[in-house]
Amino acid sequence: MKNYKIVVTGKNGIFDPAGETSKNALRNLGYDGVESLRIGKYVELETQDDVTGAQVEEMCEKLLANPVIEDYRIEVVQP
Amino acid sequence: MRFGVVRFPGTNCEQDAVHALRTMGFGAEYVWHQDSDLSGFDAVVLPGGFSYGDYLRSGAIARFSPVMSEVVRFAERGNPVIGICNGFQVLTEAHLLPGALIRNKNLKFLCQTVHLSVQDSVCQWLDAPKGTTFAIPISHHDGNYVCSPEDYQALCEGSQIVLRYCEPDGHIAPDSAPNGSFENIAGICNATGNVFGLMPHPERVVDGVSGSTQGRAFFEAIAQRFN
Amino acid sequence: MESIKPPVCDKLDTLDPQLAPKIASELGLNEEEYRNVVHTQGRIPTLTELYIYSLMWSEHCSYKHSRAQLRKFSSEGPQVLQGPGENAGVISVGDGWAAAFKMESHNHPSAIEPYEGAATGVGGIIRDIFTMGARPIASLNSLRFGTLDKPRQRYLLDGAVAGIGGYGNCLGVPTVGGEIYFDRAYEGNCLINAFALGLMREENLTRAVGSGPGNPVMLIGNSTGRDGIGGASVLASQEFDEAAENKRPAVQVGDPFEEKLLIEVCLELLERGMFVALGDLGAAGLTSSASEMASRGGVGIEIDVRKVPQREAGMLPYEIMVSESQERMLAVVKPQDVASVQEACERWGVGCSLIGRITDTGRFVVIDSNLPQDRQVVADMPAEQLAADAPLYHPESSRPAYLDEAAAFDPASLGLPRDVGTLSAQLLTLLGSPNLCSREWVWRQYDHQVQASTALLPGADAAVVRVGAPGRGPISQRGLAMTTDCNGRYCWLDPYRGARIAVAESVRNLACVGAEPAAVTDCLNFGNPEKPEVFYTFEQAIDGMSEACRYFGVPVVSGNVSFYNESFGNAIYPTPTVGMVGLMDDFRRFATPAFKKAGDTIFLIGETADELGGSEYLSVLYDEVRGACPACDLELERDTSDLVRRAVAEGILASAHDVSEGGAALALAECCIAGGLGAKAAFDDGLPAAASLFSETQARFIVSVDDLAATELVSRLLEANIPYAVVGEVVEPEEGISIEGKIQVSLEEATSAFKGGL
Repeated sequence: MKNYKIVVTGKNGIFDPAGETSKNALRNLGYDGVESLRIGKYVELETQDDVTGAQVEEMCEKLLANPVIEDYRIEVVQP
Repeated sequence: MRFGVVRFPGTNCEQDAVHALRTMGFGAEYVWHQDSDLSGFDAVVLPGGFSYGDYLRSGAIARFSPVMSEVVRFAERGNPVIGICNGFQVLTEAHLLPGALIRNKNLKFLCQTVHLSVQDSVCQWLDAPKGTTFAIPISHHDGNYVCSPEDYQALCEGSQIVLRYCEPDGHIAPDSAPNGSFENIAGICNATGNVFGLMPHPERVVDGVSGSTQGRAFFEAIAQRFN
Repeated sequence: MESIKPPVCDKLDTLDPQLAPKIASELGLNEEEYRNVVHTQGRIPTLTELYIYSLMWSEHCSYKHSRAQLRKFSSEGPQVLQGPGENAGVISVGDGWAAAFKMESHNHPSAIEPYEGAATGVGGIIRDIFTMGARPIASLNSLRFGTLDKPRQRYLLDGAVAGIGGYGNCLGVPTVGGEIYFDRAYEGNCLINAFALGLMREENLTRAVGSGPGNPVMLIGNSTGRDGIGGASVLASQEFDEAAENKRPAVQVGDPFEEKLLIEVCLELLERGMFVALGDLGAAGLTSSASEMASRGGVGIEIDVRKVPQREAGMLPYEIMVSESQERMLAVVKPQDVASVQEACERWGVGCSLIGRITDTGRFVVIDSNLPQDRQVVADMPAEQLAADAPLYHPESSRPAYLDEAAAFDPASLGLPRDVGTLSAQLLTLLGSPNLCSREWVWRQYDHQVQASTALLPGADAAVVRVGAPGRGPISQRGLAMTTDCNGRYCWLDPYRGARIAVAESVRNLACVGAEPAAVTDCLNFGNPEKPEVFYTFEQAIDGMSEACRYFGVPVVSGNVSFYNESFGNAIYPTPTVGMVGLMDDFRRFATPAFKKAGDTIFLIGETADELGGSEYLSVLYDEVRGACPACDLELERDTSDLVRRAVAEGILASAHDVSEGGAALALAECCIAGGLGAKAAFDDGLPAAASLFSETQARFIVSVDDLAATELVSRLLEANIPYAVVGEVVEPEEGISIEGKIQVSLEEATSAFKGGL
């Protein structure tokens, strides 16, 4: 088995209304030091050994992320 | 009887609620989320909508509004509070009611009429015999009620389950809840019965614009109790 | 807030004369257009100016290929308060109420990112409505996709429906109706046409006309990023090809929460009389809203880009001017009202910045206050000419050869069936086919009841909402009905007739709910107008639509043109979508398609002809899109619709449904399914069975009446000299749906086919 952690975030420059609204809410709660907040998705993926890194990348391109508006980072979890 | 209808940024059913209450002859006024004075109101309505866009989690940001601290105190003094749809989500985030509302099981927004079976409960907002059915619309993306086994046991023991989704004939079947709610739960109240949260929108079927006036029952009982 | 100082303009950073034409060409201006820019400016333009001209003179903003044709529409009528040329058309609907409405395309962005494309399409059209001072109370959408056997098309459908719901539901504007068609012709270019309607008291009508030199200009709403830079010109003004795919600009992301706040704060300020003018930032962003505000008012405007709140670092002046970031409004206010506007925006948590002022120079000036004092002016253009000098083309038009070829096809050559078994199976296939099956899967995802005004739930012939302001003001008994219609296949076979039919079908749909047609908005979707064959279909469609609208006496008060709906050389079907609004004296006086009780008599109003050309029947069962498009007799359409409308409004009919795609058999089955009842009918029209059942002859209705009303209906039909047939009666559900010698199906199988289609 192989394990991956995948983080999907909005592309740079793509507006993130959920992040903006949450940031403003934190500031309203008195956390004046909050500079920026972006909300993304976190994916834990487990595959059989013969699934390649390139295939995981393909999964991100095809489904897990929307490459038109999102970037993704894949991290291999060492056993 | 005077209802205060709370308006958070992004609330969108407050006008429907005020219209429904006034149609029934009650006083109803808007309460701004930054106000913290509920004196002069006999009951509070947390209406439906998308407070703060439902960003992060439905109801998560609204519960920190100044008015909510006052709503908590208002409820703790035994005054009636109803949370409809997004209002129900706010009540659970504010811990006035147990559990949480997660995404519908089919992952889609659902706007349709559902059938509800009245349970034997301590709820002060509804005065109808067990097994009475209502046809009321729902309109939500996050209406799938979940709670811990302990919470569920407490809800059952305290007769706090007010409404369950059912078939048109009143039979409660596993598939009767279109959103996948745990144990078909559509509405619950607190242990003292004054705080009521439900996903369906009774205020949409009060003045008969689309033919039905079945929602009136959801505001009549509390008014009678008050008089 | 600091005030904006007048610019000191000594040195303009004009472009290098060799470089400028090259940039112009990259921005989509042709050589002649570039020469006209230089002529209008009287010099070589700056970079910012060139960007602004390229957008203002793009197809999307200037309608350069369509303007001349659009003059054929009549926008006159006693009920019209505002015709084309503003953000939306406005009509009076009685008792001091006015309705603002418009339809607009968001096809190109949706083809790239369906969720955000559709969502921002809804957001844009809703802003057009509240900009006029009206509270948006209803939204409809007209969608076209390729066939669902292609996964990409399913993805586009799911995404667009979720985007429409995601935005509209959050806003609290009910989505009450619309239409969806699937056809291979839309495979490379889906169509997302969003319609919205708002209500106001007549005295609150506001326009985007700048006035009062010295008045501050304020930007309200979201901050500005690089969203959709060049979107309007790049996306909507050229065909898609591989190069365009690489060039695609940053996708705009919608924020319905911000828009909800914008609606509330703008309507509050409008009611308090705080705005001299209000306009929304749509395609081409600040550029088009600022220049239109100035040119409409015959004044000048000055904008300091550095006062515009920016979401990203290092934005250049032209980027700020052309950004299509969503949820932004431009307002002109009186100096003494600035503080009030700021207070309201702060209360609602909405951004608000003083970014410029109205001037008496007639010039549209952009300054960048970060630059040295003497070089701050980055653009200085004559506002009126920027709008008025936009190119106007009269493209070449030539009749496509395929028209005659397709029309010559005789459906009878297919050897169509005559036996009950095959015809019944064909009916069930049609009932479950993507274009005819139930749309419940779609509208269940839209909040169609919020605002306490929806009288008739989706699934009927037209949407009906009550006129009034529940929870805010008076409620009236009046009703408004809305429908969107266009059969692209008819328009491909015969653009002139197809467009007439689109108007006539809207009139029929309104008649079914008892509404009198009042006005039209349109959304004209076509391929590349620079191709003579495409332009011919556009010209013909405009002729057909404008004639039909005149015939029915309905003015066209707003609209939108979307060209370049082509991919890799293949154009969509000509799709001139009609959005029609009708008035009702009493919102409760409507009919639905559903049969009401066993024993009621079923009438087929109108007369079936052998017209299977372009039908759903040929397409679904024989994969054939040929034959002559059905005839369109406007006089008969008017007479039948008048009769049905009156009968509905007077409560004579138990049910009413228009006969359209799928023919009389399909309409009859829909009435049975909706009512949970059967029908025992006979179609004795002497036609071949398939034509009798599935022919799409226009000007027909299926209605049902009880015994008492049947006599009344017959006498009215005779008096009006309208052809009709008493085709049978409503029966108990167990008896199923039968058409003598042609159809026998059970209600269950019909219902499950119909409901399981999508």
